[in-house]
Amino acid sequence: MLLPRQTRLVLFLLSNLFFIPITFSLVEEQEQFTEELLLKPLPDRKVLSHFHFQSRAPPTASYGHHHRLFPKAIYQLVHKYRIREMELSFTQGRWNYERWGGFDPISSNNAKPPGVELWAVFDVPEHQVDAYWKNLTHTLSGLFCASINFLESSTTYAAPEWGFQPFTGSLRYGTLPREAVCTENLTPWLKLLPCRDKAGLSALLDRPSIYKGFYHSQQLHLISAEFKSGELDSGIILEQTLTVVLQPGAKRTGLAYFQPSWSMSSIFGRQITGKCVLAKSSNVFLQIDRDAVSELKDMWKEMSVNSDKMSKSLWSNPYFELSRAPDRIKEASSINSDSASILYEFFIQKCSKSESFDLGLTWKSSFVWSCPKAPLHATRFLMGSGNERGSIAISLRTTELNRRLMDADISEETCKLRVDIFQMVPWYVKVYYHTLLVFVDEKPQALTDVIERMHVSPSEDKVSPGLMELALKLPCGLNSAALTVEFSKGFLHIDEYPPDANQGFDIPSAVISFPRFNTRLHFPKDDSERSPVLSYTEVLLVPLTTPDFSMPYNVITITCTVFALYFGSLLNVLRRRVGEEERILKEKAANKKTGWISILLSKLFAKLRGRPSESPKSPASSSSLVSLKLLLKVVLVASVAVGWQIEFLELCGFERIDGEKFLDLPIEKVDMAALVSAGSEL
Amino acid sequence: MSGIESINARRRPIVRLGVFLISHSLIVSVICCIAAILALLLLPVLAKSTYVSENALMPGSANTMLSNQEVSEADRLVKDVNALSLESVDAGINIAKLIARYMADLGAEVCYHKFRRQQNQFNPLHFFLSTDPVVVQRNISCSSFGVNTVGVIRAPRGDGKEAIVLVTPYNSSRIDAAEASSLGIGYSIFSLLSQVTWLAKDIIWLAADSRFGVYAPVASWLKDYHTPLFSGLGQVNAGVCHESNDLLKLKDAMVSDTNISKIFTRAGTMAAALVVKVVDRHNEADEDTLSIFAEASNGQMPNLDLINIVNYLAVHRQGLRVKVEKFWSLLDSKFLNFVGETVELLGKVAKSLNPNWRFGMPVAEYVEGTATLASSLFNQALGVPTGPHGAFRDYQVDAITLEISPKGSLKSMGQRIDFLMRGGRLVEAVVWSVNNLLEKFHQSFFLYLLTSPSKFVSVGIYMIAFALLIAPLPIVAASLCSDANRRDSSLSKEGSSQPHASADEPNPTLKSWRWLHAAKSVFVIHFWSSLVTLLPHFISKMPSGTSASSLLIWLSLCILSLFLLYTILGSPFSHITTSRPQEWAILKSVTVSAAFIGLCLMSVINFATAEIGALLIVPMCLIACPLKLDLQDWSFRALIRAASNLTLVLIAFPPATFYLLKGGIEGSDSVSVGNFWNWLETLWAWNSATYLYIGMVHLPCWVLCLNILLHPR
Repeated sequence: MLLPRQTRLVLFLLSNLFFIPITFSLVEEQEQFTEELLLKPLPDRKVLSHFHFQSRAPPTASYGHHHRLFPKAIYQLVHKYRIREMELSFTQGRWNYERWGGFDPISSNNAKPPGVELWAVFDVPEHQVDAYWKNLTHTLSGLFCASINFLESSTTYAAPEWGFQPFTGSLRYGTLPREAVCTENLTPWLKLLPCRDKAGLSALLDRPSIYKGFYHSQQLHLISAEFKSGELDSGIILEQTLTVVLQPGAKRTGLAYFQPSWSMSSIFGRQITGKCVLAKSSNVFLQIDRDAVSELKDMWKEMSVNSDKMSKSLWSNPYFELSRAPDRIKEASSINSDSASILYEFFIQKCSKSESFDLGLTWKSSFVWSCPKAPLHATRFLMGSGNERGSIAISLRTTELNRRLMDADISEETCKLRVDIFQMVPWYVKVYYHTLLVFVDEKPQALTDVIERMHVSPSEDKVSPGLMELALKLPCGLNSAALTVEFSKGFLHIDEYPPDANQGFDIPSAVISFPRFNTRLHFPKDDSERSPVLSYTEVLLVPLTTPDFSMPYNVITITCTVFALYFGSLLNVLRRRVGEEERILKEKAANKKTGWISILLSKLFAKLRGRPSESPKSPASSSSLVSLKLLLKVVLVASVAVGWQIEFLELCGFERIDGEKFLDLPIEKVDMAALVSAGSEL
Repeated sequence: MSGIESINARRRPIVRLGVFLISHSLIVSVICCIAAILALLLLPVLAKSTYVSENALMPGSANTMLSNQEVSEADRLVKDVNALSLESVDAGINIAKLIARYMADLGAEVCYHKFRRQQNQFNPLHFFLSTDPVVVQRNISCSSFGVNTVGVIRAPRGDGKEAIVLVTPYNSSRIDAAEASSLGIGYSIFSLLSQVTWLAKDIIWLAADSRFGVYAPVASWLKDYHTPLFSGLGQVNAGVCHESNDLLKLKDAMVSDTNISKIFTRAGTMAAALVVKVVDRHNEADEDTLSIFAEASNGQMPNLDLINIVNYLAVHRQGLRVKVEKFWSLLDSKFLNFVGETVELLGKVAKSLNPNWRFGMPVAEYVEGTATLASSLFNQALGVPTGPHGAFRDYQVDAITLEISPKGSLKSMGQRIDFLMRGGRLVEAVVWSVNNLLEKFHQSFFLYLLTSPSKFVSVGIYMIAFALLIAPLPIVAASLCSDANRRDSSLSKEGSSQPHASADEPNPTLKSWRWLHAAKSVFVIHFWSSLVTLLPHFISKMPSGTSASSLLIWLSLCILSLFLLYTILGSPFSHITTSRPQEWAILKSVTVSAAFIGLCLMSVINFATAEIGALLIVPMCLIACPLKLDLQDWSFRALIRAASNLTLVLIAFPPATFYLLKGGIEGSDSVSVGNFWNWLETLWAWNSATYLYIGMVHLPCWVLCLNILLHPR
């Protein structure tokens, strides 16, 4: 993209003029970029906005290595690491499965655990997968300004067999729950878009407003068929999505369930000024949930509005009103339910550049509905206390959807609900897989009755995390189910503790999927692939025993003290002449009359040395006198010492010079004879 | 002589020091004991000012956001609750429903937590373990259920790994204005926190139904939070009680309100917990006061940082007067006042010598500090939590109770709103500060005593007194043992000329094993004491009633079993021969060693208990000497020794100690015979290690000292 703007424009015009007729027949061979934005009011007065950008590169074999739209970094990444499929997500906040739904494609594909999640499938022999993965983490880390390189260590990633995605052997999965997500991760992500955030839908991405939200997940999904041999080569598809849950209107209104009205400019603080000119299509969708639609239809029926009026009033009715007329209205059908969610489609192409596109939704009356939920709601929590043991519990609870579904199926005796659980546990949480207990409706069950398939690879200390993949078959009419598995907490080496070790250690989210239930993507086309319903559980925080990290300092201090004591006493012993000292002591004792303090001291000293006291007893009456004399002597000596500093030297003939700072003795005044005699005296 | 000298010369200095100390054990023990008591008395002077150790806390760095809107909403809740309590006598479930509705309106996740009154049962085998939830009492009446209301706010941008807990206890059977306003404070913060965006940790508000005491609801909620039962045990019990009116009402409430979750709502690992309690004390009316309670079971304390931030925010931001518990009776103590004056005088002298020496403190401050310190030490030693925060400490969660008492009446609206605003802002600021915390509390002290809300004595200083107290024990034991051996050897040297003496001791090599007999008798006493410790469990199972009778039964059983053991295994007096006049000395030596080991072990479990216990045991052990000897001697010194022996033994007898302390603290008229039994019952009901200490260290030591006193030679 180093070309000057004008040449680019010219090139673009040229391509429009000349290549469109040619490429019309070869749609597959052209690079494509599409952008979409889905807006959806949520039941708890929030708005979900989901940006979806798709870039498609034709296969290298027919198209070559040079691309106009497709980001070069990603193309090289795919080729260097031979990636078949990859997904990277940066998430802040938690997806609320209860309130925001769990049975639509967005919650299945775009609700991610907090922090970074990365999985990739490589098209290389199995023994090379780890090496490719490690290199990939480093590349991504550089590309997205994140510490994805921590996923390089074999203790942080795992190779799921079938519980996560059906790619045996070549799939690697890792998460960093503590990674903070910020604009520095968004900027490189935007750089992959052909228009960046300068034009098109991505111009809406005002940083303060999108990071103010309740959930923020930025993803990059890559599917490549470059290396598939023998299959139809469809090139590389790069999907970039950004899912944000925002609250329009900061102030809480008095009525708890009155939906706030909003517009794009009120939630993002910006408006769309036109499509990205490089995009093939640029659409905005507004989705009204199935439950909401059925609720609305009920109300319409009550008001006995005839059907042809209804279709007209779909976007402007007594309950809500859109600020613009939609270009198309779709009723997306979903599995076995009488009503469908409504999708309003707006084409950005149609809006002129002078007038900006600002979609708004005004609610006219209060309105309550709930989002479709996954068959079972999963929560995970820790049990037990203390620093030794604990257990992980996953509790599954039925939701209204399941109840509704199962009411239909309850006649069938063999109705089973299949639930897959994928759980990765770091090695320092040592899970005892044999303690796995399953309770269905508060009754303990034999594992063979409920577990259809199970794959466990126990953790290896400091090498690999533990991995548990379970396929449960639960009875359809269940109310609740729970799984518990016990663990003990390991000890880490001091250099294995992360920064802020006292916070505790994270156990990454478990993945709960319902393979028999599928959700369908509404865009870009209706025939897109179905994906299984998937939900993530909470990240858990395990407090482990942490050492006092100031300990090394204490150890250094005490070691130094011990060394000092040792060397001091050693030197003392080496330079001491015991016999001589004793002789001197004896002489002193013989010559001197000592005070009672010194007698006591010498007695004590002698006791300590294990010898009888040798000092002669002096009469007690004289002792106080003696000590007084001693004190006088000491005082005298001290005063003389102070005086000697200046006065004595001045007496000797020194002179103060330089502002009385120095004493100087003129050389002519030095009496050499006196000095010599003094020296000999000393 | 020269040979001994050379041996002495060859010994290393450390050994010589040891020998020196042992040979002067009397002086050493006197000096150590006096120094220990001095060190204890000087503790208030040595106390340091508290400081916030963890930088991440940043207390008061943000302006509180609690506004009039939240407070007036909270006031509406208070009025509604008051109206409900006036309406019906037993408004329990209605209040829970009301709170749940208010919580749900804020968009919080709400659930009810139903719990049963749990009788604290002494379970000797599971002493240090938490009580086993499997123990189910079948014959529980349906009225013994309480209902907690739990609301959870999810932090908007947080990852949900951690949570902060707010607890507001209220008595659902008769709620008063003070408890209603504690709910008000809880609600005002909750409604503020449901709107803010800065939360990193989830907030759990537990409106605890304290009709069975403030501790039980919190403890049972925590138990269900941490160790839920998945098998249908709870269902079975609930099924029995379908007729219960309350429960039906509860069921109705659960069914009717769709916003209220039917399952137990959880958040992540708890980072800290605050128990907010409002107490209406009408008499002290000049300022709003805040009392902080922190002692949990077995003398465990929350991290000092939590107290620091609360104290800092209360004093410097909200202008509350902060107090911690103290012994009021000690404030008038003449002795303490005298010590305080001495300290002040010393401080003045030191200051006049060198103005930089900041030693000493005013008398009033000293006495107050000592009263607080004594209360802190006593509460820790008791091992019984001083509030619902104690339940959190069992799960390694730092928690304190904030007891706020308003200056004015809570009846008038203006004052109430002002009070709610103040209390709410304090709690909000604390929550904000804890929310800032990245790691759990670990920076500051866990082992400390408070001398005032802003001054503390850390473990490094207060253990000096204990170390000084127990230091003479091994020295005295060694000196007694060596003395006895030396006298023995000198006796046998004298006796070698006399043929019958040598016949009395056929095997001289066994001489060094003489302590075995003493050790056996000490072991017998300890065995007896552990039996006696278990006895109350069986006595409490007996249907016959009063505590006084139980105490008498226990005492008589104790004496009976002691004599029974003596007859079976032999008493300390059974083995006395005339040739061994120093038998009692050996016995004393072993007793002293046993006491030393017991105290050291206890200091690990509950330091405060060990410290107070050492104050009682150590002088008694050190001074113990057969009365017969003293009476034979008939000198002034011997008489004094006998008298002090008798008084010490009298004082250290556990019931006597208890009655003396109780009489001293609360006044003599409140003492009755059964009190001691009740006290013991609370100790074991709270799983306090102090009970074990009294039973297995203090009591045997006392009995052994009594044995020494009554020793025939």
